[in-house]
Amino acid sequence: MCLGVPGRVLTVNGLLATVDFWGVQREVRLDIVDQPVEVGDYILNHVGFAIRRIPPEEAEETLALYEELLKEAESDMMAADLRGELEATAETEGGGGDDA
Amino acid sequence: MPEADVRRQASELKFRDPAKARALAEKLARLCEAIGREPIQVMHVCGTHEQAIAKYGLRTLLPKPLDLIMGPGCPVCVTDLPEVDEAVALAEDGKLIATYGDMLRVPGTSKSLAEAQAEGARVEVVYSAAQAVELARSTDEDVVFFATGFETTAVATAAIALEDALPGNFSILSAHKYVPPAMELVAQIPQTKVEGFLAAGHAATITGWGIFEDLVERFGIPVVVGGFEPLDIMAGLVRLVELIRDNSKTVVNMYPRCVTRAGNTVAQQQMWSVFRTAGGMWRGIADVPDGSLRLRDEFAHLDARKKYKIDISRLLQHAPSALTEQCICGAIMSGLATPTDCALFGKECEPTNPVGACMVSSEGTCKIWYQYGGHPEL
Ligand code: SF4
Repeated sequence: MCLGVPGRVLTVNGLLATVDFWGVQREVRLDIVDQPVEVGDYILNHVGFAIRRIPPEEAEETLALYEELLKEAESDMMAADLRGELEATAETEGGGGDDA
Repeated sequence: MPEADVRRQASELKFRDPAKARALAEKLARLCEAIGREPIQVMHVCGTHEQAIAKYGLRTLLPKPLDLIMGPGCPVCVTDLPEVDEAVALAEDGKLIATYGDMLRVPGTSKSLAEAQAEGARVEVVYSAAQAVELARSTDEDVVFFATGFETTAVATAAIALEDALPGNFSILSAHKYVPPAMELVAQIPQTKVEGFLAAGHAATITGWGIFEDLVERFGIPVVVGGFEPLDIMAGLVRLVELIRDNSKTVVNMYPRCVTRAGNTVAQQQMWSVFRTAGGMWRGIADVPDGSLRLRDEFAHLDARKKYKIDISRLLQHAPSALTEQCICGAIMSGLATPTDCALFGKECEPTNPVGACMVSSEGTCKIWYQYGGHPEL
């Protein structure tokens, strides 16, 4: 419950953002994020809410561990927690967005 | 390729920079030698830290004098029996309980939510508070969100509570816990000799590292805020042991990419507008003053404890089973024991048949040790 997961913001609509997590697009709420979030920013998502805007120069470093975890089997605990974090975000309608 | 090579490659990949990992391990060994006594006990308070430590076998890299233990860092595990009982009683009274998956099998005094569910009560797993609200919107039944977790999760519950136009059939049963007071409490347990804390990066994302200054000042125990990568953890430990060597009572932030001194003030403000601290038991550990988060009076309309009469007395009739009595989760979370000290570990108690909450949750020390093959010996 304390592992957040980083993703890249694709669209912002009021307090709702579409965020890309390694090709999976999800809706994340922006009610409690610490700074204004713009398209292209990286955020840290926890139970469906962005809890931090990750400074761009630090995003790459933050992504590394997660990338590796996502390759792990279903049964791995850290990987399972990570997938749980993604389940906490709402599916985007149509899965569209303006992914480049 | 021979299997050993494959395995070596896999482990190097995990560290990405194995030379750096080795250098940090060597540095730790030198620091411990310079201190020249053992054990040097440091505590982390986060299930995710323990997962990473166990998964990557970090304890095998630590010098022998350094004793790295997990404290009360599993929110599911510290949810007290009567709190589970309240959720069970509400479920049995016909409310639909929505809660995080790990909560289902956490034992209450006489039964868990999963057992209540098997007997016909309605319990749904959700991944977020927002999903619990959606559930309430989709039904006429009364939906109670059994809200557990530390401040990182409490802020999400708070944001939901502050929403306009919540459905009238939605309410919250808060079992949220607040970590800093529990760290103070553990620091004061006479039998523990915690000399330094490795604090959890993500919880500090919300609270900010400044929150630990008070702890450092009053108890003279240094705190390092650390991230979750294997190298983050090793580097955090090096810094912490340096602080111990120098007798330096201070807070050091080793996770600046996510943690600032002030933390996320927007989230804090929302959290404190919805919750107040209260005393309450952390399961198996102690009554932690200010360690529980309860809804403020302004949110009485959302508070399941105010909205419904919750009678747990019928659940208290049954004495806990003999096995439950042998569970030492509390001692483990206080830093006084490790899972392998428990006679039931891996025998009567395992993840498919957990006796204690520490074997239920993916953040519980017992389950983590079981899953990743126990405590790798040095
Ligand atoms: S192994 Fe099981 S019974 Fe023993 S302390 Fe852990 S959870 Fe409790």
